[in-house]
Amino acid sequence: MSGWVWLLILLLALLAFGLYLSQVAGRLDRLHRRVDAGRVSLDRALLERHTVASEVAGALMPDPAAAAVIADAVWSARHTDMSEGVERGLAESNLSAVLAAAFDDPEAVAECGAVPGGPELMSDLEGATRRVQLSKRFLNDAVRACRDVRYQWLVRAFRLAGRTPWPRAFEMDDTPPPGFGVR
Amino acid sequence: MNDAPLNIGIVCPYAWDSPGGVQFHVRDLREALLRDGHTVSVLAPAEDDSGLPEFVTSTGRPVAVRYNGSVARLNLGVRSTRRVREWIREGRFDVMHIHEPISPGISVVAIWAATGPIVATWHSSIDRSRALTAGFYIAQTIMEKTRGRIAVSELARRTLVEHLGGDAVLIPNGVECANFAEAEPFEGWPGPGRALFFLGRLDEPRKGLSILLGALPAIIKRHPDIRVLLAGPGDAAEITRRLPEDITARLTFLGLVSEEDKVRAFHSADIYVAPNTGGESFGIVLLEAMASGTAVVASDLEAFRRVLDHGTAGAHFRNGDAADLAEAVNRTLAADDERARMVAIGRERAWLYDWSRVTREIVDVYRSVRMPGEKVTEDLRGQFVGRLARGSREPS
Repeated sequence: MSGWVWLLILLLALLAFGLYLSQVAGRLDRLHRRVDAGRVSLDRALLERHTVASEVAGALMPDPAAAAVIADAVWSARHTDMSEGVERGLAESNLSAVLAAAFDDPEAVAECGAVPGGPELMSDLEGATRRVQLSKRFLNDAVRACRDVRYQWLVRAFRLAGRTPWPRAFEMDDTPPPGFGVR
Repeated sequence: MNDAPLNIGIVCPYAWDSPGGVQFHVRDLREALLRDGHTVSVLAPAEDDSGLPEFVTSTGRPVAVRYNGSVARLNLGVRSTRRVREWIREGRFDVMHIHEPISPGISVVAIWAATGPIVATWHSSIDRSRALTAGFYIAQTIMEKTRGRIAVSELARRTLVEHLGGDAVLIPNGVECANFAEAEPFEGWPGPGRALFFLGRLDEPRKGLSILLGALPAIIKRHPDIRVLLAGPGDAAEITRRLPEDITARLTFLGLVSEEDKVRAFHSADIYVAPNTGGESFGIVLLEAMASGTAVVASDLEAFRRVLDHGTAGAHFRNGDAADLAEAVNRTLAADDERARMVAIGRERAWLYDWSRVTREIVDVYRSVRMPGEKVTEDLRGQFVGRLARGSREPS
């Protein structure tokens, strides 16, 4: 008699546990999607910055040496291994540093923007550097939230993350050029 | 590469037909988004559904709840929850933008009921106890589901980062600079004797009117014909009763002013004075003065120093110090070239906060949290019966 009661209690407990696990798995799934969205948009933003920076170097820089340095920084950022190693972060940081040096005050920005099509291109560059900064921050925030859940022993013991790779943060210097106007 | 227009759903937790900072923010943001070609639908409570514009979906009549030190009118209950879910299902939004996500009401419900690209804006700063009363589980869900977080002030951002442990980007409130650029001054103002302008509740000590009144005698010594324009609610008689005739004769009280009269008042003065002693998380009025081309003299609160770029776009005085305020006003009135330079820098600087620019940054946030083609969908987890009944609708 009491054996049935215990069996029932056990079944109910298992059911509750199962529901809990499925809830955690759902949460984790949501966080992985957030990380994926962050990664895709960071890739897009970095690519956009490459494109705009080359255009600026080619069309607007009055100083050929500066143009060459920017073009070189873009080239090396574009040709490092895209599998988000430290090297990619370094190459992108280098591009940030080069852009910051080229546009270190509002006058430099105004001078480059003083040709036809210049203001639009400069505003594209400003937008691109801002989007790099935004998507990097949102990606790393998502990665941290995702890791917090994946560190839980329950998640590891029951392999709730499946085969999804361990989320990796992306580090780079994303300081926008000081010439772009700071609030 | 980034210019496909977005279908955006904005959630405002406070009654649409009662005035408030968050409502105004949403209203202006929506207008700026429309100008850039996006589609916007707003979800908000309303006292009276019949007078609502068609872009607002009402979640019904709000009830008064004490929250964050004042009485807020919010929606609670099953019926509003059902409307939130309907709005999310039918809207098929590319992005959902929640305002004040930690306030009890439809913002939390909307975060609960949706999944996908969700962005949230924190307007007020929250303290630790308030963050915790939200309940750990609720706070955790809010933080996990909001993919992009915006704080309108550094104070709001700091408390969010410290108490809820997540990142947020700082995007301030916008100013509609074009609305302030031109206006007809009031008849006879500012006049040859020079004029100052004060805006804010007369009887709210933190607005600092008493400091300005304390500084007046010293200003009159140098500028004997100075006049002061005062706008804001409060009992003017109560203020003038305690002042000598020589001071009261120079004060003109406008009472609570309309938006147009506020702009005219800025253009009717040589200097806008902001003697606030605290509690200002953000100096939006300073920016309005700057966009109007009025010189600014403000206390040295951190937020004000930020807006005035540490004294380059306006003058500062020591917070609470009437003598220092008089000194700053006298100096600014005396140096015409310096004042013109400050005004020019201020005008330029106000454009950094123009809605067109602020909106571009907000749209950048929308785009950086969203996979191309992704939509906001109803979150049926936790809706056990609902999931069984509508299981086929849940996207895989």
